[in-house]
Amino acid sequence: MGRTLAEKVYDAHVVRRAEGEPDLLYIDLHLVHEVTSPQAFDGLRMAGRTVRRPELTIATEDHNVPTTDLLRPIADPVSRTQVETLRKNCAEFGIRLHPMGDDGQGIVHVIGPQLGLTQPGMTVVCGDSHTSTHGAFGALAFGIGTSEVEHVLATQTLPQVKPKTMAVTVNGTLPEGVTAKDLILAIIARIGTGGGQGHIIEYRGEAIRSLSMEGRMTVCNMSIEAGARAGMIAPDETTFAYLKGRPHVPQGEDWDRAVEYWTSLRTDDDATFDREVVIDASELTPFVTWGTNPGQGLPLSESVPDPASFDDPVERAAAERALQYMDLTPGTPLREIAVDTVFVGSCTNGRIEDLRAVASVLKGRKVADGVRMLVVPGSMKVKQQAEEEGLHEVISAAGAEWREAGCSMCLAMNPDKLTPGERSASTSNRNFEGRQGPGGRTHLVSPAVAAATAVTGRLTAPADL
Amino acid sequence: MEAFTTHTGRAVPLRRSNVDTDQIIPAVWLKQVSRTGFDKGLFSAWREDPDFVLNRPEYQGASILIAGPDFGTGSSREHAVWALQQYGFRVVIAPRFGDIFRNNSTKMGLLPVVLPGDVVEKLQTRAEQEPAAEITVDLGAREVRAGDLVVPFEIDDYTRWRLMEGLDDIGLTLRHADDIAAYEQRRPGWLPTTV
Repeated sequence: MGRTLAEKVYDAHVVRRAEGEPDLLYIDLHLVHEVTSPQAFDGLRMAGRTVRRPELTIATEDHNVPTTDLLRPIADPVSRTQVETLRKNCAEFGIRLHPMGDDGQGIVHVIGPQLGLTQPGMTVVCGDSHTSTHGAFGALAFGIGTSEVEHVLATQTLPQVKPKTMAVTVNGTLPEGVTAKDLILAIIARIGTGGGQGHIIEYRGEAIRSLSMEGRMTVCNMSIEAGARAGMIAPDETTFAYLKGRPHVPQGEDWDRAVEYWTSLRTDDDATFDREVVIDASELTPFVTWGTNPGQGLPLSESVPDPASFDDPVERAAAERALQYMDLTPGTPLREIAVDTVFVGSCTNGRIEDLRAVASVLKGRKVADGVRMLVVPGSMKVKQQAEEEGLHEVISAAGAEWREAGCSMCLAMNPDKLTPGERSASTSNRNFEGRQGPGGRTHLVSPAVAAATAVTGRLTAPADL
Repeated sequence: MEAFTTHTGRAVPLRRSNVDTDQIIPAVWLKQVSRTGFDKGLFSAWREDPDFVLNRPEYQGASILIAGPDFGTGSSREHAVWALQQYGFRVVIAPRFGDIFRNNSTKMGLLPVVLPGDVVEKLQTRAEQEPAAEITVDLGAREVRAGDLVVPFEIDDYTRWRLMEGLDDIGLTLRHADDIAAYEQRRPGWLPTTV
């Protein structure tokens, strides 16, 4: 019987298989950042172990990094210690690090693809749940905890039980003005935050094939918000064109050999998935969240739902609690929700196409009075490219703040955060309570909706301007 | 890792679904570089409310958390597991867990127990009506016992064995260093390195 894409990549990495035990899976690329690694390096030291393959490991500073005043030391002493600890650990164990201020620095999930280190058919892990991003290349990529980080450092492998597979097929074409972010928010609302639990999602169908690599990364990035540890898209000409010429991509005859292998990485026609979901892209419109989990989303044209409209008592209770936290009244049109802050950035939407989308909406317009807008590139390279294209001038002229690269207000570990009660429209991935700062209220949106929202001060699609 | 065989303790009912790891331990606590001191961060935003269930006197010293579906979704932060353990929890019972959280728990010896929604509801009600009543979670028998209620739970043989023995995964994997080396010989030469 045929195999799915996920099964092919998984099977190719099995180091050891024994009855009654998990498989031992080889890891091709290990990404490291400052937050989930210090205790793992400590564990190595305590056990007298080394890093087995430092040359398959790369580190960057992203979560704690301030997005202003890069030349000054980090003001928060605890953040500073964490970043300095990463530097010491990378020096001690011989791991390449892109520190703050380095032009290779950026969000871990932006720099992997940017360097060409993320390639089809690879296994990629990181102590970060949004590692699923790299699945856009047809890699099997998933987030791990600190114990597993230590395990990968020491052995370059992970014990794994083969996950189930789920197909999300998106037929048809996304209408004008509907983006990859709207699509993934709609998928999560459809299958729920636990819908993909225990599965690897493969995104397929015409609408997925039509996405750029950056759009595909946005979709795979939020697989975890649907409960799946990994999301994958079969590599194709779009993938190869993105990769060709990047620093760590094979060249010459090796490129030909690699492409031949990569081309085989597609789900066989007679393969079966454990679960299948079909979505019609042509019915989608700009999508936003109203609640405190990423599954609580609706088309922007709709209104805040009445908790009584949920049949499931668990969902009803969750909606009641979410509306209380979000300070929203059932029946309020989503377009009437006023925001204080707009955040553009993160591993979900901090790449060049996202910044272009924002600039195209902001061009010739102004951010509304009383609204603060932060635009944070996903990496220093993205920032440089945006500046070469003049996007920063459009963004600054509109009254938004043009910042340095990092995770920033996606999770508020650096100084960029919401104050209690403050409401944001954010291109990031999580609307959890307090995610962007204690007491902060988050609506997840696409970059285009974020920019239009900044202009009116209310949740708005560009078509409404 | 601390071995887990059987545990008897009082339970806290947490009647919320989608308790993500940002709630279990907010990001500000993740800046620590040590493995200790996370108990203070456990549910720190919710604990500001004096009525929050963990603040009530009758649940002090409880060691089993009974939560709604999709507990531990979101961020991969293992700090969530450390915080629960350092606060005193040995077991979390829920109808469904986030994959990464569940994985992290079994690496650390915190036992995640999946039970059907109606059983979880019964256990929550019992913990509300009789806060002093104890629950036994027996990993050997794969069974939760609460008074007259005896319910089986599923866990794979290997994870159960590893938990009951308190074994370190890395040590187990390093027994197969020869297999890893042999696999490395077979890897295509064009795969990237970071240097």
